[in-house]
Amino acid sequence: MGALATGHGEVVFNTSMTGYQEVLTDPSYAGQLVTLTYPLVGNYGINPQDFESAKIRVAGLIVREHCDRPSHGQSDRTLDEYLKAQNIPGICGVDTRAITRRLRQHGVMMGLLTTESPEAAVAQLAEMPRYDDQDLVRTVTTEAQYRWDGEPVTLEALPLTASGNISRPTLVVGSPGENSGETQEPRPRILVTDVGVKYNILRLLQERGCEVIAMPAATSAEDMLAMNPSGILLSPGPGDPQLLDYVVDNVRQVLGRVPVMGICLGHQLVARALGGQTYKLPFGHRGGNHPVQDMSSGRVYITAQNHGFAVDPDTLPAGLEVSHINLNDGTVEGTRHRDMPLFTIQYHSEASPGPRDNEYIFDQFLGMVKEFNH
Amino acid sequence: WKKYWLLAPAPSSSARPPSLTTREPKACKALREEGVSVVLVNSNPATIMTDTDIADHVYIEPLTVEVIERIIAKERPQGILPTLGGQTGLNMAVALSDAGVLDRYNVRLLGTPLETIRKAEDREFFRNFLHDIGEPEPPNRTVNSMEEALAYREEMGLPLVVRPAYTLGGTGGGIANTQGEFEATVASGLASSPISQVLLERSLVGWKEIEYEVIRDGDDNCITVCNMENLDPMGAHTGDSIVVAPSQTLTDKEYQMLRSASLKIIRGLGIEGGCNIQMAEPDSPYYVIEVNPRVSRSSALASKATGYPIARVSAKIAVGKRLHEIPNAVTGKTGAAFEPALDYCVVKIPRWPFDKFPNGDRQITTQMKATGEVMAIDRSFEAALQKAIRSLEIEGMATDGHGEGPDTRNLMEPNDLRLWALMAALRRNTPPEELMGKTFIDPWFISAMQRIVNMERRLLGETLTPDLLYRAKRLGFSDRQVGTLADMLPEQVRNLRHDWNLRPVYKMVDTCAAEFEAVTPYYYSTYEEENEALPLPGKKAIVIGSGPIRIGQGIEFDYCSVHAAWALSQAGVSSVMINSNPETVSTDFDTSDRLYFEPLDEEAVRDIIDNETVDDVPPPSVVQFGGQTAINLSQGPGPRRSAYPGLQRRCH
Repeated sequence: MGALATGHGEVVFNTSMTGYQEVLTDPSYAGQLVTLTYPLVGNYGINPQDFESAKIRVAGLIVREHCDRPSHGQSDRTLDEYLKAQNIPGICGVDTRAITRRLRQHGVMMGLLTTESPEAAVAQLAEMPRYDDQDLVRTVTTEAQYRWDGEPVTLEALPLTASGNISRPTLVVGSPGENSGETQEPRPRILVTDVGVKYNILRLLQERGCEVIAMPAATSAEDMLAMNPSGILLSPGPGDPQLLDYVVDNVRQVLGRVPVMGICLGHQLVARALGGQTYKLPFGHRGGNHPVQDMSSGRVYITAQNHGFAVDPDTLPAGLEVSHINLNDGTVEGTRHRDMPLFTIQYHSEASPGPRDNEYIFDQFLGMVKEFNH
Repeated sequence: WKKYWLLAPAPSSSARPPSLTTREPKACKALREEGVSVVLVNSNPATIMTDTDIADHVYIEPLTVEVIERIIAKERPQGILPTLGGQTGLNMAVALSDAGVLDRYNVRLLGTPLETIRKAEDREFFRNFLHDIGEPEPPNRTVNSMEEALAYREEMGLPLVVRPAYTLGGTGGGIANTQGEFEATVASGLASSPISQVLLERSLVGWKEIEYEVIRDGDDNCITVCNMENLDPMGAHTGDSIVVAPSQTLTDKEYQMLRSASLKIIRGLGIEGGCNIQMAEPDSPYYVIEVNPRVSRSSALASKATGYPIARVSAKIAVGKRLHEIPNAVTGKTGAAFEPALDYCVVKIPRWPFDKFPNGDRQITTQMKATGEVMAIDRSFEAALQKAIRSLEIEGMATDGHGEGPDTRNLMEPNDLRLWALMAALRRNTPPEELMGKTFIDPWFISAMQRIVNMERRLLGETLTPDLLYRAKRLGFSDRQVGTLADMLPEQVRNLRHDWNLRPVYKMVDTCAAEFEAVTPYYYSTYEEENEALPLPGKKAIVIGSGPIRIGQGIEFDYCSVHAAWALSQAGVSSVMINSNPETVSTDFDTSDRLYFEPLDEEAVRDIIDNETVDDVPPPSVVQFGGQTAINLSQGPGPRRSAYPGLQRRCH
């Protein structure tokens, strides 16, 4: 299955039973070989609607069985064709449950998808860079800022930049609300710091009447503030937040001055910006069934998750409080600032894939934006 | 202390499947763990739940308002839990309320609000409810004359369902496929309706049918236990459909759309506990077609398919627990507030009684005809399907025949032979597209059947090699099927398989796709690499269950098997249960020390015995409680008998 290429990365597992297309294109999986625990993959093919970024981001895909005759009205190609077209390797027919059990017992580890002998592969693997040492955000962030006006009809038709991202004309931005007509309230302008953004975050903000502008990860705080944003959303993304001081420094400068929401890596960046620490989980949380409790209401939400690092609650600075915890292992799933217009979540309110129970978080963010800018 | 009363239902019947009787024992146990005294009423003696050690007090009495009022007067329970007793339980709760009994004795109704029970059966309420919460129902219009009816037909096209208003059992109505049928049905419907009114509804026959099992607690926390896709499209009763879990042909967007709709419905109905929601989908949009405001037939299947104990959790919710406060008995560490992740495919096939009634009307319609069901688990759909077929225990009906099979002319009509007719048609090179067009079965399933037929051809034409045999086993081919196709005796295939070191491994059903360590000993076989079921240490015995419920072999044999397992445990012997029937207590993961959810045929049982063998000593087997199924297994002729003495031995 997939291209006859070598795939190298951290081997992780995801327990979602649907949504392989979204997983493949989720930038947070950059540098990882993803094992899907559900054994039958590719059943509904690949369709033009369910991309979460411009291309496949995983380093390789590991499945028990892939479907070469998909059945779905929207499908326009098979999983195998999609992988091959983008030169991404895959492997099928392997005991994915055995792999998952090993990862659970020993933690995630580096792996290689190869056609060479095991001995050669082991030697090669020792030479390869380790996941934890790589700044993967640089490989997935947009090169230039762009306004989200809905996704392009055919992604393939758009030219790709050297880093593989969609090349769009650089955006010149006026003041918020310019295009919204005179009679309407000005649309809130939300800057999305793209450290690996998923389209569905942009879609959900746009659906809620926002002007949505995606920004390169390294955009300076000065440049962001100069755009007069109503709010800033720090996106999810791949890799260890410890390697991202060039983003964290800018995040620190906007906190308190603009309403900020952080998702996943964005949540970890906020914690680090305020002096908190992050650490690596043994095998991460990847799936669509994680129970998260809102500490203030006691309510439990089923969430989509995809993270290998977590915020250490003992290192949180004064003012930043734990707002959500994971009921499986007690790890931090969200924080809220007592004084600043700032909250973060470790899970994915944008789902895609996963349960849509948490889209209300975007409404909370926009409520905070409205209140702050009032 | 608090005393709650569990309203239990009447004897098993098609409309009252035995699956429901498997749930009360679990509910009783769950309630008693919470320090609640349980009084149980039932009229069926052939069930575990009427054992004296399941509830604090058991009444074997007819379920009438008078009798139950007397029991209430004597026991003075504080609450009544009707949602686990199927429709009978709900109906009795309504009757008791109407008779003023609940008020008179100050008995609180737990689980589902009375209003919801009362109205879920009422189509008008249901329509209004769906409309209020913005969920789509099939397009329909109420008409009072032929002119109005014809106008609607112009608008909607055919087929249309005609439902006369206020007639018993829909007399005078039906599905109209042609213009002539339509006019005749509308005319008879208008004539038979006392107010000359009929409801015209878009027919969803042929649409994809998807079910969701959802649970809600008193804090409005909701989860879905699993979803299921019916292989047989709309038109067949879900109890008469081949059902697959989880859904196979929905994208994540569709899966989540229907999931969100299900949660909206259970919240809207205010149910505290489990609920089953059925929806129809072509590609999109979808329509809500039915809601069972209680634990239903499908809940038992969902529990066994996922390992998530729906009845147990529902009972705890009924007495005020919240989802995250209830421990997940499977992992022992996580809570009940999560959604199971499956890493296998589950197939349920109904067990119909037509082997006993060959001249019965085999047509499958909206009224259920199956007496029981089997379930099989494997890592591919093909293997789960073939294992489920083996589990049916219908001689000569396995897909291994290369004969002509049943007539394909009636394929379009659902009947108990459709699966075999489809396979036969594929063997005759009927293009899959033609079969999809005739049956509306999703091409994904037909493609899987085609892969089975392709493997049959390879086994017929090629020399058997380790690689070919391994591939066949991964598609669920039994030794017997392989033998028939490759011209060998099943025993020769088995020996060859062992020579080539091709043995099944056993994987655990753990609710979490191996993400967490699990403690439940619930296994299924597959041909893969890692075996998770290492032989149980110490003294042990295998209890062979009784398979699907059928005429002549009912739930009573499951009762016996369960007691056999309990007796073994009490005597310090680990019990190893094998069964294929999800509607049973024997397949609860806490009934025995280890459960293998497997077909009850010679190959599966011998493989399990091999897997449990330590130092060349196979464990003894208990066969006298599993009805004819278990006895037959112990009576194999010739080589089978000598090949496996373990099957002959009785446990002491």
